[in-house]
Amino acid sequence: MRYSAFSLVRNALSGNLNWKPHWRQPQPKSHYDVIIVGGGGHGLSTAYYLAKEFGVKNVAVLEKGYLGSGNVGRNTTIVRSNYMLPGNEPFYEFSMKLWEGLEQDLNYNVMLSQRGVIMLYHSDAQRDAYVRRGNAMWMEGVAAELIEREQLKKTIPFLNYDHARYPILGGLLQRRAGTARHDAVAWGYARGADQHGVDIIEHCEVTGIRRENGVVTGVETTKGFIGCGKLALAAAGNTSRVGEMADLKLPLESHVLQAFVTEGLKPCIDHVIVYGGGHFYISQSDKGGLVFGAEIDGYSSYAQRGNLATAEHVMEEGVTMIPGLSRVRVLRAWGGVMDMSMDGSPIIDRTSIDNLYLNCGWCYGGFKATPASGYCFAHLIAKNDTHPVARALRLDRFARGYAVDEAGAGPQPNLH
Amino acid sequence: MASLITCPHCGVRPKEEFAIRGDASRGRPEPMDSDEAWHDYVYVRANPRGRTLEHWHHIAGCRRFLVVERDTETHEVYSVVDAAEFARRAAR
Repeated sequence: MRYSAFSLVRNALSGNLNWKPHWRQPQPKSHYDVIIVGGGGHGLSTAYYLAKEFGVKNVAVLEKGYLGSGNVGRNTTIVRSNYMLPGNEPFYEFSMKLWEGLEQDLNYNVMLSQRGVIMLYHSDAQRDAYVRRGNAMWMEGVAAELIEREQLKKTIPFLNYDHARYPILGGLLQRRAGTARHDAVAWGYARGADQHGVDIIEHCEVTGIRRENGVVTGVETTKGFIGCGKLALAAAGNTSRVGEMADLKLPLESHVLQAFVTEGLKPCIDHVIVYGGGHFYISQSDKGGLVFGAEIDGYSSYAQRGNLATAEHVMEEGVTMIPGLSRVRVLRAWGGVMDMSMDGSPIIDRTSIDNLYLNCGWCYGGFKATPASGYCFAHLIAKNDTHPVARALRLDRFARGYAVDEAGAGPQPNLH
Repeated sequence: MASLITCPHCGVRPKEEFAIRGDASRGRPEPMDSDEAWHDYVYVRANPRGRTLEHWHHIAGCRRFLVVERDTETHEVYSVVDAAEFARRAAR
């Protein structure tokens, strides 16, 4: 069913009783051309583009929980392409362009809101770093603006401009960046993939990877054995564990990242604001809640919850930047498990096993990449060839000495 | 909870006093070992869900490196020993 003004009116007049489910609930077939492990944003977008752009129709997505129950349902929904390094910026800009056409493409309202992302700076050195980043963006054809303190005061008056240690001197703004509705992204891609014939199988956990003569022939699951021609892993925080089933040794650690949402307020924060003095980022959802988060908890963890000391640290950073935040009540907190790669950048590549493909290492920035990640991964699976914008994101970059170290923190995942 | 670590020198302390260096289960290769050995040491991680050994540096306390045995799923801490003591035990 396609959505249109006409379909809305027709369903409204018939009491909204005739809406159909967004996707089928099929039983797994005995064999698929491609099986994707992981029904999150990246797995679903991969399935969608595989079927729609690359004509691979016999595809299944296996999800151990319900659809979108992992990190795509546990993030702060920010969409941006304000990166600096040549290996990263074209990839995220490709993603940004896909975001801009996504609602038309999917015929689904993902509530993309290009409200602008502004990254604050607090010292002359940091200003120079942001000028450099802005110039690097312009060199890739991406608009960036440096906003000085006085202008920023008019636009965002509620910030703590005179903080003793981190006075706000200005910010770097990407106007096209913003937010999208994370659940709708998962549902939109699932519906799109389903319409192109992809089987989305929920509550189906992969428990083993079967190999014969050095190639993958299928997966053992809680719903029995399912054969496949190609196997694609998009299992986010659990990539190491799924990879282990095929004896893969990966440059990953799993860490927990917490995020928070407050009670609903009237519209007060127009942009996504990123605090350059720490790692705090905040925006206001369309329901009115303030959505924010900061650093990971620091030690590796598979628990989908964090510790209170980190929660307190996040609140401190937020109140440092916006003093008024201290009066707002937090309604919910959640922790997602992320696969932190050793250089802070993602991995989209083939593996040492010919028909096994890998999409992982999104650290805590995977949401903005959802469209490009799916598109490039589908390109790789369908053509056995890396998409041009994902060339820097290959697995062997660590061995070759070409790590994409966006944060300049070295091979220690808890530092970027 | 991994937010509290019992330092063998200083007692129970919050994790904010520590800098965490990660995997302590493997030894550093020799300088002239193969590129592959160094690649594995610097970049590759077992990343288990369950028991793991980690280096925690008690940076705001005794400044000793500790080896913490911890569960990455439940956050339970099984043992904390001084890194020098850990190395002596491993050599034995």
